[in-house]
Amino acid sequence: MANALPVEISTTIQSLIAQHKNMPGALLPLLHAIQDTIGYIPEDSYLPISKGLALSVAEVHGVVTFYHHFRTHPVGKHILHVCRAESCQAMGSEKLEASIKAKLNIDYHQTTSDGAITLEPIYCLGNCACSPAVMMDDEVYGRMDNQKMAELISEARAS
Amino acid sequence: MIKVFVPRDSSALSLGADRTAKAIQQEAQKRGIEIQLIRNGSRGLFWLEPFVEVATENGRVAFAPVQPKDVAGLFDAYFLNPDSSMAKAHPLNLGLTEELEWLKKQQRLTFARIGITDPVSLNDYLAHDGYKGLANALKLSPAEIVKTVTDSGLRGRGGAAFPTGIKWNTVLGAGEKGVQKYIVCNADEGDSGTYSDRMVMEDDPFVLIEGMTIAGIAVGANQGYIYLRSEYPHALHILNEAIAKAEAAGYLGDNICGSNHTFKLEVRRAAGAYVCGEETSLLESLEGKRGLVRFKPPLPAIEGLFGKPTVVNNVISLATIPIILDKGAQFYADYGMGRSRGTLPIQLAGNIKHGGLVELAFGATLRELLYDFGGGSYTGKPIRAVQVGGPLGAFLPESQFDTPLDYEEFSKIWAVLGHGGIVAFDDTVDMAKMARYAFEFCAIESCGKCTPCRIGSTRGVEVIDKIINGTDVEKNTKLVRDLSDTMLNGSLCALGGMTPYPVLSAMNHFAEDFVPKPKSALKKIIDIVSA
Repeated sequence: MANALPVEISTTIQSLIAQHKNMPGALLPLLHAIQDTIGYIPEDSYLPISKGLALSVAEVHGVVTFYHHFRTHPVGKHILHVCRAESCQAMGSEKLEASIKAKLNIDYHQTTSDGAITLEPIYCLGNCACSPAVMMDDEVYGRMDNQKMAELISEARAS
Repeated sequence: MIKVFVPRDSSALSLGADRTAKAIQQEAQKRGIEIQLIRNGSRGLFWLEPFVEVATENGRVAFAPVQPKDVAGLFDAYFLNPDSSMAKAHPLNLGLTEELEWLKKQQRLTFARIGITDPVSLNDYLAHDGYKGLANALKLSPAEIVKTVTDSGLRGRGGAAFPTGIKWNTVLGAGEKGVQKYIVCNADEGDSGTYSDRMVMEDDPFVLIEGMTIAGIAVGANQGYIYLRSEYPHALHILNEAIAKAEAAGYLGDNICGSNHTFKLEVRRAAGAYVCGEETSLLESLEGKRGLVRFKPPLPAIEGLFGKPTVVNNVISLATIPIILDKGAQFYADYGMGRSRGTLPIQLAGNIKHGGLVELAFGATLRELLYDFGGGSYTGKPIRAVQVGGPLGAFLPESQFDTPLDYEEFSKIWAVLGHGGIVAFDDTVDMAKMARYAFEFCAIESCGKCTPCRIGSTRGVEVIDKIINGTDVEKNTKLVRDLSDTMLNGSLCALGGMTPYPVLSAMNHFAEDFVPKPKSALKKIIDIVSA
């Protein structure tokens, strides 16, 4: 199974496994490290991970798929998270969501055709005094409206 | 050199604080003025971010909100000398920060330093009463530290409101001598409308580190973990920076402050599962597993992380420990009402004009918070409903706005204070939709271990949809109430067990939203609109 991965990725994953294997409760930190480094967690990495951490492949699969944050496929250059929680709803996030989807011409969990932006829902960014809020990669933006959103999207597309 | 403060808190950044800071830096350089730009935490007046302050002999003067386009004008008005007549006349000049009513009316204990200090400066922390609590704790026996916490009346600020001292006492007495114990900080703040944990971690990380260190010494734990939600990347970097500085200065690691105590601390990132805010699910996750809720007993205090005695406390609970150990149990217990002692950092959110962090002794009413502090709704329309305590909290109508913020008073009206988040909705809210969303959220976030939550949430969405569509309303209303009863009494944890709070409170207080519009009325509207 591990052979299906390009050598470069396989080597990276092996070295991350070696770095993490002696940590107590190593699986989540390791999965974060893999996703941070290569952008996602390839299913072909389950076998080497399970060997390194003395788990079954099923356990690794179970953990990866339990958490919303982990993904098993490559994503766009940028990830746009749109908050769907109550505070943002109180400030019109539903309309914002609809206009973002229309502007990008995609739904949640999809990537724009130019590969620039992947759209994901999120449930609270802790920016609830400045709702509605979105997060582009690691940066949070508050009091969003269609105009600010359009600027943010074109900035992301240009970078 | 003149000190200028521009916050680095995420909410300030979300409104452009980095751009403002850069503009100030560049403008100062252009004009050949030397300034010391400090990136402090936020004072919590989020409708005024970016909130810029200039230090003077009499205290800091606030200019807010400052966008990059305002910066040149501020320099033209000599804002670096706030006493000048032009600076005084500037429309963004709010006067001395400490004199702002919004702040003056608060009782900031846990948040005493927040917005004042540079979050990652240990010297700043020490200069503002930092590590005084630890110094006192080191003079006490473990049992005395636990007693101080018990006597303060502090209850778990994560939402469950369990007395912190009693929890610590269980861990103190658990296991054989020398057994491995842990301190786990629950920083998986997932409730919508809450951000006080985030503020503590980003704006005053040392207070959390100090609180956890005291907890470790009190119960005999030498290892701590902060389980931090992945949605807070800034908090992660700031905590790691603060931990490294505390280690370098001997406040973490072996022989803390020259004592024979050891305490090590590590941040672990969560991965976007709301249910991991439940303590046993959190422990599973820390162990590297799926975040499935555990059966209780055994309590985590007896068999917690890796099966060892573990204190699991929320960020605010732990961040309140230093001031209790510094000023004494009685000082803290003197605030509050009834069995709710001390203060609660309240977070105003949603459709609110003046959203932000208000720390007050227990006992203030919702109405005071929504109107005296919040200034009413953001849109200017009447506030029709508020949800207190996150997505599992009840929706309250205007008739309940005089309820004082107190754990027991809220429980009397079948509501919860939770983590102190208050989300306001104006009169455009559709409460049937909110009830539906509560079930939907539960379905998305259920860990799947118990049936009432796993299946009930999905069935709940379907039945509410039927009611909204006007199908067998009477029968389906009964069904939702029956289903809610099963979830309330049969779920393993608060996710399934409390989802009925928002659902039933929406039905009880806002029944009119569940009534389908009669066809005749609809036809009338169509006739009017199309005419």
